[in-house]
Amino acid sequence: MTWRSPLALVRDALQGQRARERELRSLVSNLPYEGQEKGKQPNRFFLSNAIKTTKYSLLLFLPMNLYEQFHRLANLYFVGLAILNFIPVVNAFQPEVALIPICVIMFLTALKDGWEDFRRYQSDRKVNNTPCFVYSRREKQYVERRWKDVRVGDFVRVVSNEIVPADLLLLYSSDPNGVCHLETANLDGETNLKQRIVVSGLGAANLGFEPESFNSAVVCERPNSNLNHFKCFVEKPDKDKVGASIESLLLRGCTVRNTNHAVGFVVYAGHETKAMLNNNGSRYKRSKLERKLNVDVFFCLILLFAMCLIGAFGHYLWLESLPGVPSFLVPDSNGHLDVPSLESFYMFFTMIILLQILIPISLYVSIELVKVGQIFFITNDIDLYDEETDSRVQCRALNITEDLGQIEYVFSDKTGTLTENKMVFRRCSVMGTEYPHKENAIRLDVIDEPESEEEVIFNQHQQLPRSRWSLEAEGISPPDTQRHGRRRKSKVAANAHSDAAFSSPLETEVIPDQKLLQQISRAESSGGRRDGNRSFDPHLDFFLALAICNTVVVSAENAHRQRECTSPQSSQMRNPLETFSSLVKKAGAFFQRDKRNRTLSEDPVIDSAKTEDEADANRLRTCSLHAPSQNGSAIVEAEELCYEAESPDEAALVYAARAYGFILLARTPDSVTVRLPSGEDLVFEVLDTLTFDSNRKRMSVLVRHPVTKDYVLYTKGADYSIMELLGTPYAENFSGIEKNVAADTQYHLDCYAKEGLRTLCITKKVVSESTYQSWLGERKRAQAAMECREELIMQTAVQLETNLTLLGATGIEDRLQEKVPDTIVALREAGIHVWVLTGDKPETAVNIGYACRLLEEEDLVINMSCKNKVTCTAILDCTLEEVRRYRDDPRNAGTTQNISLVIDGNTLDMAKSPDLQERFVELTKHCRSVLCCRVTPLQKSAVVKLVREKLKVMTLAVGDGANDVNMIQAADVGIGISGQEGMQAVMASDFAISRFKHLKKLVLVHGHWCYTRLANMIIYFFYKNVAYVNLLFWYQFFCGFTATTMIDYWLMIFFNLFFTSTPPIMFGIFDKDVSVEVLQGVPELYRTGQGKGEYNFLTFWIAILDAFYQSLVCFFIPYLAYQDSDVDLFTFGTPLNTAALFTILLHLGIEIKSWTLVHWIIMLGSVALYFIVTLAYTATCVTCNPPSNPYWILQNQMADPMFYLIVTLCTVVALLPRYTFHVLKNSVAPSPLLQGRQLDRMDPSTRDQWIKEWRGFRGGAPAKRYELSDPPSPTLETPVDFFPEFLPDSNFMGDDLSLNVITESRQRAVHT
Amino acid sequence: MMASSYKDEDGHITVSGSGAAAGGGGGSLRSKKPENTAFKQQRLPAWQPILTAGTVLPAFFIIGLMFIPIGIGLYVTSNNIKEFEVDYTGVEMSSPCFTCSQNFSWNSTKPCTCSVPFHLDQPYESNVFMYYGLSNFYQNHRRYVKSRDDSQLNGNEESLRKPSKECEPYAKSNNKPIAPCGAIANSMFNDSLELIYIDPNGTKVQIPLTATGIAWWTDKHVKFRNPGAENTNLTVVFQGTTRPVNWRRPVFQLDSDPDNNGFINEDFIVWMRTAALPTFRKLYRIIQRRSNVHPTLPRGNYTLEVVYNYPVRSFEGRKRMILSTISWMGGKNPFLGIAYVSVGSVCFLLGVLLLIIHHKYGNRNNAAEISH
Repeated sequence: MTWRSPLALVRDALQGQRARERELRSLVSNLPYEGQEKGKQPNRFFLSNAIKTTKYSLLLFLPMNLYEQFHRLANLYFVGLAILNFIPVVNAFQPEVALIPICVIMFLTALKDGWEDFRRYQSDRKVNNTPCFVYSRREKQYVERRWKDVRVGDFVRVVSNEIVPADLLLLYSSDPNGVCHLETANLDGETNLKQRIVVSGLGAANLGFEPESFNSAVVCERPNSNLNHFKCFVEKPDKDKVGASIESLLLRGCTVRNTNHAVGFVVYAGHETKAMLNNNGSRYKRSKLERKLNVDVFFCLILLFAMCLIGAFGHYLWLESLPGVPSFLVPDSNGHLDVPSLESFYMFFTMIILLQILIPISLYVSIELVKVGQIFFITNDIDLYDEETDSRVQCRALNITEDLGQIEYVFSDKTGTLTENKMVFRRCSVMGTEYPHKENAIRLDVIDEPESEEEVIFNQHQQLPRSRWSLEAEGISPPDTQRHGRRRKSKVAANAHSDAAFSSPLETEVIPDQKLLQQISRAESSGGRRDGNRSFDPHLDFFLALAICNTVVVSAENAHRQRECTSPQSSQMRNPLETFSSLVKKAGAFFQRDKRNRTLSEDPVIDSAKTEDEADANRLRTCSLHAPSQNGSAIVEAEELCYEAESPDEAALVYAARAYGFILLARTPDSVTVRLPSGEDLVFEVLDTLTFDSNRKRMSVLVRHPVTKDYVLYTKGADYSIMELLGTPYAENFSGIEKNVAADTQYHLDCYAKEGLRTLCITKKVVSESTYQSWLGERKRAQAAMECREELIMQTAVQLETNLTLLGATGIEDRLQEKVPDTIVALREAGIHVWVLTGDKPETAVNIGYACRLLEEEDLVINMSCKNKVTCTAILDCTLEEVRRYRDDPRNAGTTQNISLVIDGNTLDMAKSPDLQERFVELTKHCRSVLCCRVTPLQKSAVVKLVREKLKVMTLAVGDGANDVNMIQAADVGIGISGQEGMQAVMASDFAISRFKHLKKLVLVHGHWCYTRLANMIIYFFYKNVAYVNLLFWYQFFCGFTATTMIDYWLMIFFNLFFTSTPPIMFGIFDKDVSVEVLQGVPELYRTGQGKGEYNFLTFWIAILDAFYQSLVCFFIPYLAYQDSDVDLFTFGTPLNTAALFTILLHLGIEIKSWTLVHWIIMLGSVALYFIVTLAYTATCVTCNPPSNPYWILQNQMADPMFYLIVTLCTVVALLPRYTFHVLKNSVAPSPLLQGRQLDRMDPSTRDQWIKEWRGFRGGAPAKRYELSDPPSPTLETPVDFFPEFLPDSNFMGDDLSLNVITESRQRAVHT
Repeated sequence: MMASSYKDEDGHITVSGSGAAAGGGGGSLRSKKPENTAFKQQRLPAWQPILTAGTVLPAFFIIGLMFIPIGIGLYVTSNNIKEFEVDYTGVEMSSPCFTCSQNFSWNSTKPCTCSVPFHLDQPYESNVFMYYGLSNFYQNHRRYVKSRDDSQLNGNEESLRKPSKECEPYAKSNNKPIAPCGAIANSMFNDSLELIYIDPNGTKVQIPLTATGIAWWTDKHVKFRNPGAENTNLTVVFQGTTRPVNWRRPVFQLDSDPDNNGFINEDFIVWMRTAALPTFRKLYRIIQRRSNVHPTLPRGNYTLEVVYNYPVRSFEGRKRMILSTISWMGGKNPFLGIAYVSVGSVCFLLGVLLLIIHHKYGNRNNAAEISH
């Protein structure tokens, strides 16, 4: 190695820094420089592909870990005190011993950190040493290297089922169409295959790819974490630029599927890859309880300060009161005594050291342990396990479990969260004619039933289903009789492979509407034959649009994702047929490559159209040419086709089209193959795809019709985004009755929406050749642009999507998930305000709202929708006034008004404006549920933030899609549902569940438990420390405030570290106040945790006061008993210590709600440990701990009956008030939780009856917030006694009260 | 904080929340279904006591009924203990020790004596324990408590020559190590007390006082040891050391009995066991009961002969001599008895109150009881 001057090194480093930070990077191939020294390498400045996720290195572990740990104030505090102990004038204990507790705590933390880091190190090493193939110029082939050796500028070959080692720009794919299939589940959890396309326009992209001939420069943007965007262009030596986007980027961590091999150019490596930039570890949130806790720690500090001041002042007074210099005042080694004021100044610090554990040293560690335990139980809950997806609940944020118990507002997404997001085609409207698909509806209704009574149906299905919906079941491949069985199987089979959008036949099958079928066959026979006629029958067009206008990827079911890893050797061994077909493929590709895409698709299709009879041979050919991405079998039967869609709506539409005979056979970036009902296969050349975005709310596909050679744009999208783009009605040569297609379709759309269906409009547009050519130029410019490429591309899309012709509309049902209404009702009863935020139209949303019991029939629904701010203000004021009046009405005292609010996105924006938000929030406070429709993701998070900040409440957001990520992150607790729409929501969430219904148990049971457990534990922890420390404090009054301890210091350390540390942790993990059944049966019990909850100012100070009282008792009873006797220092301390132990443990015993074996073992074990350790210590330590002399003290005491008498008396007197208080409170004014516990003790059947009665009773009189109704007595009074007084109320609500919100806009009071 | 994200071989980002969560998903082929065990599902059989008037009534009555007799027993025992106290500080002019208390110095060679007469109203039957009591003497001062060298007292030769620095400034005197070092030893109580019974006929009888058996057995035999275990000649053993500055005699001349001399002198051991509270007593002597016929201390007049050495004026202390018989519960202390009786009564009363409450509210609220 050559020596390089430090200056050069610095210069290099700076250069590298600059190169990395530049907006654009220009990368060239490494190959010409292979073997040269590092300084000559062009890409030397960019990071290598080795990753390091460890925080520490072996050498620097100690300093770095200590540095991390000292970020915690508590640690700093304790270490500071330990150091203070080394100053002789102020030390209270032996300095070395005083270091022990903090050292133990920090050692444990370091151990944990070290272990975690070691795990990371191991996985890093494993990842870094994974083999991959990199091209080497010297060996003229791809040689095996490790991942860590891959550098920017290398050429990497990836084979099927291999994981991509770095971010690669795709230059070559074995697929003749230049497509590489990618599974991105590792990154975003989306399991559908994505297509990546070879960067087009690189001349060398035929047959094989020669890395050595690659002499272009790749210019790409600075690395960023956006997984869906990548901007880059390839600059050829002749300065020709070819744009490339995310479509050509293979991301690190993804798996190559269905593609034999592909070659890519490394653009980002190691930590600069998008996958790594997205991996920013777990989230750290601070829970509300912890924030409150820190305040109380501060109170404790004040308390400590006050006690130390008392100590210092007391010491001063004591010194002053001494008339002379008594022999017990020990001067320093020079025989010099300080003046009292200085002594008392020192004493202040000594007191701090003495009383330091007033701030619980082990509290933070204990809280962490408790949370780990709580998370263990949450993740192990079998009720939160979903068999279908084989997933448990995931706790991603590990320190906010208790926040789950304090939720007051739940914000929920609708699609995929409340609903299945498994879209089912329900009905459609073509050219203004509605086709209700009645048979389909019946079938779906029947299938809905087995959800609950699967067993019964399973036994009965042979008779029952046949008779009801076998009317017109032709064309449905699996017989009806099998359906239940299959569905059941697919439901139960816990295979992770079936996570494609549609796993069970239920969702995929559509029974065609007879009328529509006839319509189509008529169109087929008449119009379909007329080749060259530009007016294709709209019905056929409609279904063609359904089949074409999407991004669904077709794959054969059997070839669907081989997960087993095939080694390179075995993948080369193929059966002869396959080799042959691939030969044909290559040959074909070779011939047609020159003419490029256009000719590729047309020729064979014309052939196929003509030779209909040779269907089989034909199919072989089409498939081998146009569906070659299937690695396996060449012949693809239509029934075996498997559609993989990014959005379930699209798949539903494709399946619907298939039911009518329009079968999507294959899709490549350049072509779509569709089989018509007549059996002929049409190959459409795809000219462009205008992808969906949330601004346009539509997507289009521009294809060239193989027969008519027309440029046809098929567009589908939300009705409001389509309707305004409509041009002239469909065929101007048709008669006038068709003119009203738009109006009729709009009417049908509204009907669909009211039924709760999702609506889509399907349109068509024929583009002229010239228009297309001019548009294409702009489009290309937009795609190659580096700056604001997205906007430009969107603009070009908008340009083309005009003058559309309406074909029809579809209604897709998104069924509610199981037990959604039940969950929502439970949440509502738990005093939680439920908001649903959806992008759907108001009608759909309201419908779903009723379906999931967010809105009730008897509710008062306020519908807010206004165009301008003035009306918005007026509505707000009026409504608020009404609501207040209703609330203040004495007749309504004691009831919650069942007011619900429906508001749309626009109005929401206005209501959120600074001058109105106060009023809006005030209004929503009175509403039990709020439904926001047509809101954007940003609005969702804005609403959450508004409520959270204005009302100072705990919020929970639950959602499943990327559009919910903002909301999930804005809320205090974010819950992601791992559903159909990928994992973005889960990645952003704190907890991930698989079904909405799990929310009920997660929040009502686990949330409640976690909160009460932790809250009680923290209170107890404070109590424990204050009680113990105060023993020492009281003693100061009898030792001249000289900070003497009457308890051996070792025993004091043990007391906190061992004897009394495990019981509270166990309490925090295991204690169960109310059982699952009761918590779920009586959701009102959840209210105890809301708002201030159980851990509040009052409970904290009561605990502190109790601690003072108990310590007084534990100190003064022994004091009075031993007054003026010959008791020595440590003999006096022993009963104190023992009494404190029993008091502290039994105090916990009073608080423990249920004693399991674990409780007994730990409680008794703690006592046993105390005696064993203390006895052993006092028996062995003769001179081991010099200043104190504990030898044989406990043994002596235990031989003395007085010891037992004193300890018993102390314990009884200390606990008597708390015990009595609990008893009195429970007897005279039992809390709802106690009533819940009493329910627990009944046998299940009685309990269920009780719960039912309680709920029924409450149904008549909704409870006020934070205040629970008394349950009815089973014996004395029957609910009947209570009902009459509430009946007038409900009458009143039903008849008299209606909100007359009069506005000029389309405001109405929906009152059902 | 326990959170950590690892990258597994797929580059897949997994978060393992806890050992358990990771353990559950260990095998990728195995179903992630949690085990349906009582422990993991939090369904362990549990005892769930509910503290209501009805359920705790017995506890209150039992405590009440147990505590009251114990208290009465303790009170009676305490009352049976005879105790007599003589304050001989000599602060008042009338006190016989007034002169001694006034002119005091640690270094005076001429001992000051005084005798205090007192009268016992009752005869003391069993063994009588004779204590000296000091008040306002803070033997529990933090630095005072520490000012000793346990290994020196344990007979460690090295510590004898080189006392621990805890003993400062009483570790060395004139460059000679002090044995025993430290402030506690230095301030040892050095009054000597004699008890003289004045017969009704006027003859003075000296009461025999036993000076051994007053320290803890473990202290005398384990904790405290003279250095040079075999060598019984303490003068030789302690050669090269010097006496604490306030002492009149070196440590090896505390007693003539070799078993009660040096560090194992029981008066010394008793003093070294620092008192917990500023007003304390320490066992000085035991008056053994000689015969079954005569009381140990008959009723009558006595004189306490005091060799007044110990200064207490610097801390406004008092010195007392206490004679006490002893029972199983130690010295006289009525507190515990009273406390037990009152706590027992309170519990009993609470029990009654709860009984009333139970009758008033119990039926309405305690659903569990009704259903049973």
